[in-house]
Amino acid sequence: MFRTLLAKEFREQWRTWKMIVFLAGFLITGIISPVLAKYTPEILKSIPNLPAGLADFIPAPTVADSVVQYLKNTEQFGILLVILLTMGVMAQEKERGTAAMLLTKPVSRSAVILAKWLIGMTILLAGLLVDGLACLAYTVVLFEPLPFGAFWTLNLLLLVYLGVYLTVALMASTLARSQAIAAAGAFGGLIVLIILGSIPRLSDYMPGQLATWGSSLVLKGDVTAWPALGVATGIIVLALVIACLRFEREEI
Amino acid sequence: MIRIENFVKTYGSVRALDGLSLNVESGVVYGFLGPNGAGKTTSMRILSGLARPDSGRAWILDKEIGQPGSDVRSLIGVLPEEPAFYGWMTPREYLCDFIAPLYNIHGKVAAQRADELLEIVGLKEAANRRIGGFSRGMRQRMGLAQALVHRPPVLLLDEPVSALDPAGRKEVLELIETLRGQTTILLSTHILADVERVCDVVGIIAKGCLIVQARREDLLARYVTPLFEIESDNGFGHWLEWVEKQAFVTNVTVSNHTARVLVKDVRTAQKPLLESLARETLAVRRFEMVHPSLEDVFLRVTEKEA
Repeated sequence: MFRTLLAKEFREQWRTWKMIVFLAGFLITGIISPVLAKYTPEILKSIPNLPAGLADFIPAPTVADSVVQYLKNTEQFGILLVILLTMGVMAQEKERGTAAMLLTKPVSRSAVILAKWLIGMTILLAGLLVDGLACLAYTVVLFEPLPFGAFWTLNLLLLVYLGVYLTVALMASTLARSQAIAAAGAFGGLIVLIILGSIPRLSDYMPGQLATWGSSLVLKGDVTAWPALGVATGIIVLALVIACLRFEREEI
Repeated sequence: MIRIENFVKTYGSVRALDGLSLNVESGVVYGFLGPNGAGKTTSMRILSGLARPDSGRAWILDKEIGQPGSDVRSLIGVLPEEPAFYGWMTPREYLCDFIAPLYNIHGKVAAQRADELLEIVGLKEAANRRIGGFSRGMRQRMGLAQALVHRPPVLLLDEPVSALDPAGRKEVLELIETLRGQTTILLSTHILADVERVCDVVGIIAKGCLIVQARREDLLARYVTPLFEIESDNGFGHWLEWVEKQAFVTNVTVSNHTARVLVKDVRTAQKPLLESLARETLAVRRFEMVHPSLEDVFLRVTEKEA
């Protein structure tokens, strides 16, 4: 039964072009990050009438700029793409009536949620693979090779970080009865996490710290964020449990 | 086979079900009738596991609904009033790759069953078209096909033919007739002619509770009130005024050239009616004593409740 639900979710993401758009978004992010890191200083220097001597202050790009660009872009576009991919998955089924059709069959309601989550996380993993591979390739060409192990550990941390937003969006979609409310809930969750992440001291425990930890791994810094990893995992588990419990009790 | 005991369900201040109890015996086609908002769809949703009653219990094949370890969903096939599908799927994919495996039917068996059902519901030609482009009638046929995939012993059909054209309606009703005896069918509809055609037992609900439940023939016999139908080519003129004043007449309705005269007692009414028609020199084409249709019974029962 669970395999059937997984297969349906995967085919739905593929056949409705959502997966393709999602992967294309990550591919573009992976390509433009090192390119922007390399050529932004060049572009700045080529601006006409630049004050004399300013060009000398623009530093030469390094591999560190490529990593910083990669993190920044993947974080920003990734959150947006993940929320857009996930916010409608349950609310749409309820709104259109397909959930009612499905739930008259012998399926577990929690299995429906978990199948959607698992496929969402799989697509996110694929997105980060595409993103990372493109960034690695362009960074090698434009700068120098990145530390392979550290770079993929950074991507694993990004998987957990973006997984938080994916799961919160899925929870919002389950709690809502319409796609509009689900979207408001998903973006509301994003705003709450951003606000909490900007509070000093508290920010050390928020999922955003995972990106800092990841960049430190690649750039040989000494930042770790185990508490943030624990909190991020906790948010994912909690959001999934809330979504499952709510859906188990909900009248369709 | 299907037993409901004292279902109560409220939505805010609205009491959708108010102590509904009914009993559907094995193998019968049960016509579930009631005006809009009577509680038919709510009952169906509870039996399907989509909603829970505030109080009351129900059993399907002796399994109690909503109890842990007592999932009745593999025993039932459900067709909601407005069946919804994934628009990107084709009918064959939906039945063979999605619905059948949920009932543990896989591979060639699933493919054969899907093709068989698509043939039965008249969607064979559209088997590989996207469901997203289907008309409402085609979706209703698909809805019937998905309800039958696992050959369930119990079918819950909510308005199964309301979106179909006359030919489609005839086909689906014939299909339902072929299931009689082997499948217990609870069929809600507002098209009373369909109930008269296929249902063995009729239950009428209003305001969330069952008013009448009986075999169709028994119900018609119980509510029989002799009715005269008179058709006249030159209208009824003063005769209508006369007939409305007669003590043996309870109601008179006229549509086009036909008058329907409901009387208290057929023997008392027959002779004076015939004499009066002759006296008025009406061009009577037809004078017939008819029994009320299920529609008449339905209207009388529900009006009495209102």
